[in-house]
Amino acid sequence: IMDRLKLVLQYFQSNSESISNGICVILALISVKLYTSFDFNCPCIPQYNKLYALGVMFVPPVILFLLGVMINRHTGVMMEEWARPPGKRTKNPAVIKYLFSAMMQRALLAPMVWILVTLLDGKCFICAFSMSVDPKHFTGLPNNTGLDLVKIMAKVPCKEDIIFRNTTFRKAVTRYVRCYSQAIGWSILLLLILVGAVARVIKPCFNHAIFLQTRYWSNYLDIEQKLFDETCVLHAREFARKCVVQFFEGMQDDAVLRLPLSHTLPSRKTQDEYEEEERLHGITRKEQVDHLLQTWYQCRPELDVTKIAHRPTLCITWEDYKGRTIYSDV
Amino acid sequence: MDKFRMMFQFLQSNQESFMNGICGIMALASAQLYASFEFNCPCMPEYNYTYGIGVLVIPAFWFFLLGFVLNNNVSMLVEEWRRPTGQRGKDPTILRYMFISISQRSLIAPAVWISVTLMDGESFVCAYSVDLDVYQFGNATEHGLSEEELMRMLAKIPCKLIFDGQHIISREAATRYIQCVSQAFGWLFLLLITVIAFLIRAIRPCFTQAAFLKTKYWSHYVDIERKMFDETCTEHAKGFAKVCIQQYFESISGEMRSFHGHLRGDDSDDDDDDDEKHNNDEDKLLGIWAQDDMDKVLWNWHTCKPPLSLRKDGVSDDSNSFVNGNVSMNQHTFVNGDGYPSNTIQKKEWAVYYSKV
Repeated sequence: IMDRLKLVLQYFQSNSESISNGICVILALISVKLYTSFDFNCPCIPQYNKLYALGVMFVPPVILFLLGVMINRHTGVMMEEWARPPGKRTKNPAVIKYLFSAMMQRALLAPMVWILVTLLDGKCFICAFSMSVDPKHFTGLPNNTGLDLVKIMAKVPCKEDIIFRNTTFRKAVTRYVRCYSQAIGWSILLLLILVGAVARVIKPCFNHAIFLQTRYWSNYLDIEQKLFDETCVLHAREFARKCVVQFFEGMQDDAVLRLPLSHTLPSRKTQDEYEEEERLHGITRKEQVDHLLQTWYQCRPELDVTKIAHRPTLCITWEDYKGRTIYSDV
Repeated sequence: MDKFRMMFQFLQSNQESFMNGICGIMALASAQLYASFEFNCPCMPEYNYTYGIGVLVIPAFWFFLLGFVLNNNVSMLVEEWRRPTGQRGKDPTILRYMFISISQRSLIAPAVWISVTLMDGESFVCAYSVDLDVYQFGNATEHGLSEEELMRMLAKIPCKLIFDGQHIISREAATRYIQCVSQAFGWLFLLLITVIAFLIRAIRPCFTQAAFLKTKYWSHYVDIERKMFDETCTEHAKGFAKVCIQQYFESISGEMRSFHGHLRGDDSDDDDDDDEKHNNDEDKLLGIWAQDDMDKVLWNWHTCKPPLSLRKDGVSDDSNSFVNGNVSMNQHTFVNGDGYPSNTIQKKEWAVYYSKV
């Protein structure tokens, strides 16, 4: 299972565009789900119908667009590349433009999906424009309620209202407005697909070589950012480990001795004993441990691991009786 | 190295994606909680407003606190905030960064609750039905009710089954109207928080990017250092315990050995393999060979536990007290009593212990 995971991770890492595409599609699906679960509630009052309907049609796309821009990884890369000082690496405006256009295209998908679903469903249009319909084309207008025409037309989107109980007027007007709405929706969809197809087909005719370059360098920037973050993480881990070990070893209070090796010292330690000593770091008494834990809280050590990173190691030198060096590890 | 890299990448992204996962789960839980919550407007003028606004605000606050509780980094933040300065200065930007990132994650579930509540509209209908203008929705021009009776009737609007003012006001129209207002508020709320989040995330790299990288590194470092310290302490405790127990056995067996006399013979006649295996098994016995020795070991472990103070292994008993004790010595050289043969090559090995004394 680790191999499969590794494959998946490698695939995603090599192609950051595919992650962005996936997130884009997920956001579009979320927008459809949001629309279906949203309880559309036309107020059926002349002053507020249009406001409510157009609000429902246009405010969520703005929200989805902003979400799409925020979630996209390329946004961060692009903003950083745009805002950084040149330093030793010159800035390539073509790369920034490419990243911007890629980000825009992806961010615009979910809002377009929302608007299209709204138009194809028709409820918003009916709510907004039922008052603009001329009732002369339809029979069955209820004229015994004492309300004026505008108010009656404004009530058309609301199914439960009692004034439409016995006529087919409401259904006819609804169908009429829905037709308009769906026509507009399909036209917009057709237009978008045509524009997309034409752009796709014509694009290689212009500056294809430069396009390949910009795509490479924008992918490179993304990967470089990821690798930098990764390296920082690894470095922080090593730094922390050495800092803690240095702190432990600094808490020792052994005396300094230099002894020539006597017979009573064991000449060779087992691997286990070496490991044990490694783990103990010289802290071998309860008071030392307590003092160590107290000091860790009271007086945290400074962030400097130079001493342990460049620690001298044990080296063996063989000398003959005259003091000449025969062999040395140094 | 490749496996290492993959593992660390997975861990790092795993930790963040773990926190994001908890975030997402809490958001879904809040939506599900709302769906399964049975909204029960009291339909009485005195309590409608409290109930409606209470259902809107209190669970949101509760989710926010829950987000803090479930987040592991909160204790790290408080620890870093409260520790004495010691040899390492405290950086307030790091504390601010940690606090902001924890708050951001905790704010998602309350935001989901508030937007779902507003989109559904029931809480607004409950809270504001008494504030309706009768003449706007009224069916009749005159209603002939006193103020109090009017209020009580309006308060019953959220409850379909007990509403009795159908001749005065159209219940559906009024409900629809308030629901519209509620949904408008909901969308505006979503738009507002999205714009704020957008400004923070997308525009921030224009300002203070270098300082941001620094704070991100050091706040991550604080987290890792805490984990490393716990890990090192655990390993140290293992080593401490192992050596302590070994020395305890050896101390008892040492007593035993001097009490019973030497039982081990010379094993130099056996093969190498057997010898090694024999020695390994014998090492594991740690010098305990008889039943009453073992009984004494077990008895003493309860009645007379050894002190938490390990002997330095391998140094002869004379110098033992010097090494472990309070005497501080610098650069003294002890000459061994036994001399080395002088015609052969001398091997000098130095065992050196470093200290700060």
